[in-house]
Amino acid sequence: MATGTDLTPAAGGEPAAGAAASPVGVAPAAPASRRRAKRPGLARLGDLRKLIVPVAVLVLWQIASSTRLVDPRFLPAPTTVLDAWGVWIFGERSPLAWYSGTWAEYVFLSTRRVLEGFACAAAVGVFLGVLIGWSRLVSDLVDPLIQLVRPIPMTAWLPFATLLFGIQDTAAVFLIAMGAFFPIVVNATAGAQRTPRILLRAALMLGTPPHKLLYRVVLPAALPSIFTGLRLGMGIAWVLVIVSEMLAVKGGLGYSLWTAYQFQRMDLIIASMFSVGGLGYLFDRILVAIAGRTLRWAQGL
Amino acid sequence: MAAQIECRHLSKVFYDLAEGREVVALADFDLAIPNGEFLTILGPSGCGKSTLLNIVAGFEPPTSGEALLDGQTIRGPGFDRGVVFQEYALFPWLTVQQNVEYGLREQGLPRAEVARRSAHYLRLAGLEGAERRYPHELSGGMKQRVALIRVLANDPKILLMDEPFAAVDAQTRTLLQRELHRLWEETHKTVLFVTHSVDEALYLGDRVVVMTARPGRTKAVLTVELPRPRDPTSDAFNAYRREATRLIEEEVQFR
Repeated sequence: MATGTDLTPAAGGEPAAGAAASPVGVAPAAPASRRRAKRPGLARLGDLRKLIVPVAVLVLWQIASSTRLVDPRFLPAPTTVLDAWGVWIFGERSPLAWYSGTWAEYVFLSTRRVLEGFACAAAVGVFLGVLIGWSRLVSDLVDPLIQLVRPIPMTAWLPFATLLFGIQDTAAVFLIAMGAFFPIVVNATAGAQRTPRILLRAALMLGTPPHKLLYRVVLPAALPSIFTGLRLGMGIAWVLVIVSEMLAVKGGLGYSLWTAYQFQRMDLIIASMFSVGGLGYLFDRILVAIAGRTLRWAQGL
Repeated sequence: MAAQIECRHLSKVFYDLAEGREVVALADFDLAIPNGEFLTILGPSGCGKSTLLNIVAGFEPPTSGEALLDGQTIRGPGFDRGVVFQEYALFPWLTVQQNVEYGLREQGLPRAEVARRSAHYLRLAGLEGAERRYPHELSGGMKQRVALIRVLANDPKILLMDEPFAAVDAQTRTLLQRELHRLWEETHKTVLFVTHSVDEALYLGDRVVVMTARPGRTKAVLTVELPRPRDPTSDAFNAYRREATRLIEEEVQFR
């Protein structure tokens, strides 16, 4: 059995972390692992095995809280968290309890900010990145500024953004767009730069006019790298939406996290954390699914 | 359609980063390939034969001298000269069929004509059933067949082939040589074929230009007067092989 279950790769676990370790890595091989996981029986055993540790942690946590091994005020039991989460989602809106029934609205607010910021970053980042990677002129003009600004931690932009835009959505969207922009532009640049020269020559001898090479060859050749950048950018967008909502704007999961902290509601803090984690995971999967369709050709590269 | 190629006093000097000095790849190289000839260039590695091909393809300008196609100086790449690379150079994001149709679409041919031509060449190369596969799903031999018909579908005036079969195994290589020979018999395009394999040069070429080691010059020209398709195991073929091998070995030892 040991050798059998070894066939199930650990790749499904934390692909985003792997991508983060190598910012210019190629597209992750998630589809390949899915193909292998289709082996019946063995795969199911492996999937079950993956649940052991998370379930054990939950059970231990529940026991620790309900036997008062840990003070439930500091670490409420999973069931307590679920109860609070339930009220947060399904409760009636009330001016007396900020959290009652506000979950859907907060999820919507956070998601909208992430998507707005991410869309700006993706549009500008991909466009500029491919141009920088392709044209020496654009690279010399734009790249120094990017390299100069890039080392500034994104959280350090928060006071700047808040004073500039005030306590409103624009501040959050600005911060998210800035943060997601850099991994996207850097990866798009790297992808465009690594376009094999022989493919450019092949296109030219097949009749592609030089001014169309960027669109015909460089952009598709850079797609796997662009996708890596988009995934990293999406991850950073979720980090920054929480940061900005904790400090700069009203509403959203970062806001609920911070408000729960101020009311010392550990149950709601944990519910907020898992909400953000779940959303981050969901959006990463969406990106992977889109890439799985468009980057089928890149699996063997 | 075919055309003739002429190279006049071609020289190419480039700065070799690895060696840290200027290298003369080609020196005062002259060559004339008449209409419809299959010419192979045989030379030790690094003798500048690929440089020659890149100049004729228009990928690189010569340092001095000029290369002409039907009397016109070559100034850049174009679909009148189809190139088959050793590394295949298929577009990995396009399927087999899309790769074959790439040049036809760039020429702006009507859709029906594109479909007709690609179907014809896919059948000719025995690639039916593989149309929707991506290059990474193909064997080396299949990739090179796609690369070859991608160029042939474009109906170029001449074919430039840069050690096209060097990356495939020996059996596939023989098959591909036969297939290329068959396709050439049908079209009789002018071909400039670069190789370091004596057998390949003699099997395919009307004439074989043996090049010197760097800087590349013409060392000898063998006219292969054997009936096609040639039998590499025959005594007559072996006589050519002995002669060509001797010429090449002189150059290799010289280095």
